[in-house]
Amino acid sequence: MKAAIEARIWRGGAEGRFETFSVPRRDSQTVLDVVTFVQRRLDPTLSYRYACRVGMCGSCAMTVNGRPRWTCRTHVSRLGEGPLTIEPLANLPRIKDLAVDMVPFFDKWAKAGGRFVPSADAGADFAAVEPASPARREADAGIECIGCAVCYAACDLVSWNPDYLGPAALNRAWTLVSDVRDGGQAERLAAVAGDAGCHACHSQQSCREHCPKSLNPTASIAGLKRAALRAALKGGA
Amino acid sequence: MNLRGRAEAIAWGAQRASAAVLAACVLVHLATILYAVRGGLTAAEILGRTRGSAGLALFYGLFVLAAAIHAPLGLRTIARETFGWRGGALDLASAAFALFLAWFGWRALGGLFG
Amino acid sequence: MNRPPPAFRHRNHPAWWAFAVHRISGLVLALFLPLHFWALGQAIAGEAALDGFLRWTANPLAKLAETGLVILLAAHLAGGLRILAIEFLPWSPRQKAAVAASAGFAVAAGLLFLFNVGAA
Ligand code: SF4
Ligand code: SF4
Ligand code: FES
Repeated sequence: MKAAIEARIWRGGAEGRFETFSVPRRDSQTVLDVVTFVQRRLDPTLSYRYACRVGMCGSCAMTVNGRPRWTCRTHVSRLGEGPLTIEPLANLPRIKDLAVDMVPFFDKWAKAGGRFVPSADAGADFAAVEPASPARREADAGIECIGCAVCYAACDLVSWNPDYLGPAALNRAWTLVSDVRDGGQAERLAAVAGDAGCHACHSQQSCREHCPKSLNPTASIAGLKRAALRAALKGGA
Repeated sequence: MNLRGRAEAIAWGAQRASAAVLAACVLVHLATILYAVRGGLTAAEILGRTRGSAGLALFYGLFVLAAAIHAPLGLRTIARETFGWRGGALDLASAAFALFLAWFGWRALGGLFG
Repeated sequence: MNRPPPAFRHRNHPAWWAFAVHRISGLVLALFLPLHFWALGQAIAGEAALDGFLRWTANPLAKLAETGLVILLAAHLAGGLRILAIEFLPWSPRQKAAVAASAGFAVAAGLLFLFNVGAA
């Protein structure tokens, strides 16, 4: 193992260039550790984002050697000895250096009907949801999303159609479609149908391949496609 | 659901339903090709098998219909994603291509089975 | 370099390649379809016209192209079945095996066609 890591880091916004830093190699070193070393010791003007450092908050995602990853849980030792190329996430506007504007990503969660709509009034008793019921299991499979936008950066469809809601927002919508307590189903299915929504997804699964939480947005989106088609054929709403 | 959303949902359903029909047809068709091309093809051989066969005519009639639904929807997706062409004109062009394929295909069948 | 380089590495996984094959085979097949109908339509003009066309397809280049089409058709069929399974059946973790099986099926169909046609 070489003693130093050659880190090529993107500087600037939409326009910019790569700057190369030399960072000492350590045991159990993550890509986030490398970026942090650069900012603390070599160039304090470097901008990037993180919070939890343990894979919970979803704020540290970047493009590492050409593919999107959560940097706090990506060990440098797993990426080989070559130079590390670190860029901001794809498919989102670059603000500065490694920080992207996440607003379009989260706006789409709202657009996809990602908000829970209570159906019962406040005085009603607790809803009993059987943990083993099929609907609850569908929801379980998707609720561990940390909102890191790795899937969104990996999805070709987002690059080809900027209006496409994207895997994370649609996955979120599917967890709510599977929530028996939710009262906003017709509106939600209307929001996710169409060529900027679930029916545009061609199941190529880059989202599933790269999701650090091993979620499967492709399967969630397939569920939405079927549910929305059923609603469209019924002609309701 | 608004008209646009409903249309896209139904287009997706039509694409997948025609795909299921095509899957069965193509399997039969592939097996037929692989069998028929042994020893070369002649017009007399083909026409001898097709002329007056109502079952085959029905099968290929359905095949043409499914293909005429399936192919234009796929091309429409490519036009959108690769060339950024969207909207009513694209839908019209796809529908026109579908009608053309159905007419052209059935016309050929008329020659083979008539 | 002023503009960010395009990233491709995120596409290098079996499901993406399956998608690429499905798209290209679909495009070629869709464009070939009118040609195919036209050729079959020669039967309207009578047996002689169809025979003339069939004789033309006996040249090696046409045979090669036909073999290519059979492979594309088989590939599109297998890839399509895979998509239908993803969208309508309970999720199977054996995705990579499905991709490999699709590819194998396409190649086998192509070889069989070449063999049969070549035996002519
Ligand atoms: S499966 Fe659908 S959402 Fe996931 S990367 Fe592909 S197109 Fe995007
Ligand atoms: S689905 Fe996975 S990759 Fe996408 S935002 Fe959620 S955790 Fe991140
Ligand atoms: S810093 Fe919170 S997920 Fe990486």
